[in-house]
This record gives sequence, C-alpha cells and structure tokens, in this order.
Amino acid sequence: MADSKWLIFLGCSVPYRVSSYEISSRKVLAKLGVELVEMPEFSCCGLPFDPVSHETMLILAARNLALAERQGLNILTLCPGCAGALRKVNRMLKADKTLQQEINSHLKEAGLEFKGTSETKHLLQFLKEDVGVEKIKASVTRPLTTLKVAEHNGCHILRPKEYAGYDDPEDPQTLKILIEATGATCLDYFDETECCGAPCVGVNDKVALQLARDKLNHLKMVDTQALITICPSCHVMYDTNQLRIEKAFGETYGIPVLHYPQLLGLAMGMSAEELAFGELRVNPQKITQQIKPLT
Amino acid sequence: MIRAYEIDPKFKYELQKIPGGEKILKCFQCGTCTSDCPVARFSDSYRPRTLLHMAHLGLKDRVLSSDTLWLCAACFKCTDRCPQDVEVADVIRVLRNLAAEKGYIPQVFKDQARTLVETGCAFRIPDLRIKKRESQGLPPLPKGNPKSVKRTLKDVKFFEHLQKSAGENLNGRQ
Repeated sequence: MADSKWLIFLGCSVPYRVSSYEISSRKVLAKLGVELVEMPEFSCCGLPFDPVSHETMLILAARNLALAERQGLNILTLCPGCAGALRKVNRMLKADKTLQQEINSHLKEAGLEFKGTSETKHLLQFLKEDVGVEKIKASVTRPLTTLKVAEHNGCHILRPKEYAGYDDPEDPQTLKILIEATGATCLDYFDETECCGAPCVGVNDKVALQLARDKLNHLKMVDTQALITICPSCHVMYDTNQLRIEKAFGETYGIPVLHYPQLLGLAMGMSAEELAFGELRVNPQKITQQIKPLT
Repeated sequence: MIRAYEIDPKFKYELQKIPGGEKILKCFQCGTCTSDCPVARFSDSYRPRTLLHMAHLGLKDRVLSSDTLWLCAACFKCTDRCPQDVEVADVIRVLRNLAAEKGYIPQVFKDQARTLVETGCAFRIPDLRIKKRESQGLPPLPKGNPKSVKRTLKDVKFFEHLQKSAGENLNGRQ
C-alpha cells in the first residue's frame, strides 16, 4: 500500500505555523516511497467549529471528504484533529442516511456530494498500518541509540475511542513503537495521555499554559532529552510556548520538542537542516550534537 | 441558591432529542468526569459533573450563559471513562451549541468564523508564510475556495445568528 497515492490534507494549523512538521513529513514519506497528491480547494476540517455549531462541523468535514471522493483518493492528515473530524463524520454520515441527505443538501449548493468512498488516516496510523514498522526499521541507516526521548500523543489521535479506535487510549503503544524503530529509547512518565491545553487558548490562556506546564514538569522528572509530538497544536503548546511558560511560572525546562518525522528523518540519515530543525523555538542542540555524520 | 422559577423541567428532554445529548439521563452524578478532567485540575469553576447536574435540574439559562461552559478542552477523557456511557463531551458540546444560538459566543469563535468565510480556513495563513514555502522546498499551498465554503454554509443557523448579533453577513460587515 505504501506505494499508492494519498491526498495530503494540510488543514489550517500546519501551514499557519508549524512548517517544520510539513517539511519533515514530506521528506520522510518521500523516502518511504509514498506519493502525495495536493488537495486543491480544501478548507478547515470543521473541528474548531464543533463547539459553536455541530452542523458547521459536519458540513465542512463532508465537503472535504466529497472533494477527496471526486479525486478518487484517500486522505492523509498531519493533524490528529483533522483526522478525527474527517473519520468521525465519514462514519456518521455512512451510518445515517437521513443525516447524509441533509448534509448533502448543503453540499449541493457548491456542486458537491458526499458518498462515503474516501477513508482518512493520520500520519501515525498510516505509518503503522500502511507503511509498517518493519519497513520503517529497514529505512534506518543511523540508529539513534544514544537518544532518550518521551512521547506525547495528544487527545484526538486516541479519543473518543469509538471513533479514533486503533490504539489503546489509556496506554497507547503506536508512537512508542515507532520511536523505538529509530533506535531511540522511549521513556515512560507520569500522565502521558494528558491534554496539552491548546483548545483552551483564547478562552482561558492561564489554564492552557498550566496544563502544558504540568506535562513539562513530568517530563523534566524523567530527564528526557526531547519530547516527540505528532500534532501541530500540541507542538505549539510545548515548543512555541515553552519560553512563555518558563517565564510565567519561573521554571527552566529547555526540553526540545520534535515532530516524529524529524526524529525518523535523523535516523534515516537526513540532516537536522534538511528536517527544518531551524524552525524549532527550543534549541534542539541536546539532540543534534549527538547526531554523528554518516560515514 | 436555586429558585423554582429558574427551572425548566423539560430541558433535559430537549437535550435528549439533540444528537450527542441522547444519553444524558443515564448520568448518575458519580463524578468520574470531573475527577479525570484535566481542565478541572486547574480551573476553580469548570466541573463537567456540575454542568450535567445543572442541565438535569433544568437550570437552562444559568448553564447556557455560564462562562465555564467554554473551558472544555474536548479531550474526551470523560466520554471514554464514563461508567454509564454518557458521551459527556458531546453533552457539553450540545450545551455550547445551544448557548451559541442564544448569542453566547466567545470572541475566539467569532474571529474564526469570520476567517472561515473569508479564506476557507479557521486561521488566516500569513502571506509571508505562503511566500516562504518556496524557499523551504514546499509545494505551493493549494488555493482555497471560500466561495464554495460559503455556499455550503448559507443556510446554517449559527451563521444567521452571528449575522444578527453583529450586524454582519457572510460577506463581512454590512
């Protein structure tokens, strides 16, 4: 399956402020032989509007799915929120024909129709199920055996279980297995599956930062060399906001936060520069100084 | 203090009929949702169990106008761990949707709604970012189609309410 074509759904957060995630994902996927097709006319997945209008969420997600169906391709997302919304709505509309008709009456205004023929996967699920851990291990030319890192899955890749459903939300394994495939050690720490706080930004920034700080404290306790994320919003909370948290609460962390494809890319022999380490806010030197040039 | 005139005894049945609110009557107030809620650990006021209790009691106006309603991070821990299978996060979403219909909408959502109809995305991606893509070796950002997005949303109540509350329409200020 890894050589088939996938539509890449960027969503809003990744092109808005986490280009390092997109750059490293594209590099790593190309190396694994995955062909990505751009998705014209995509819009917001709908998730940010669910709190104020469930109907808007359904329509936006269905519109994106209808666009993918028109191209006859499945969707690959980098954002777990987008994957969650598209997967959930796809299943809801396929199971409820009345709802499907109602949503299609809105899509008709733009000449679109949802049929339920495109599936959506997040990068993590795609790497596990479609590329496979063995192929990823085989792609490693520079095992990162000296690295000790920790993972943060975030919420929407795991929950609600009914819709996310491919990993255990209480004790998720996929990201750990993929980290270990690079040769690095993945540390356990307290409250691994806790929320980063990003959804509270704009409503109550203090609570949002306290949530992120709590996790950084737990990470500091296990002396991790880096945190590995797979979500643009989580990354912003721990990387972009880390300095702000340090200042607000009088803490010192200095924990580099890498996107999983940045870690995998290093193990594949790519340079930190190629993988857009320069875009990270927290200095990733703790990691990069351990990377030996390939001989 | 709760006053009898504040209570709408049919509110819970109203919620039960809205997708996501179906299982609200199964809640027996055990408090698993609040004890597992990451936001409740840092907020003095946000308690999912209390919100469900208020909804049960029929304190409709009080719960819908409550600021704390907007603190849910939608992490879905409450939903996954509820021993009664109540989709707690969905019940809270139903309450928020009703609050929005009454005009209680935090500014951040109003801003995102405006950006959505103008660009198709929830965030306005700065031109600088779009231009920088080339030097970063990224393909051009696919063009959005805000007109198509707007057409699909033209009969959605939420946008009608926004329009009324701010004297705005889907094309921006009037």
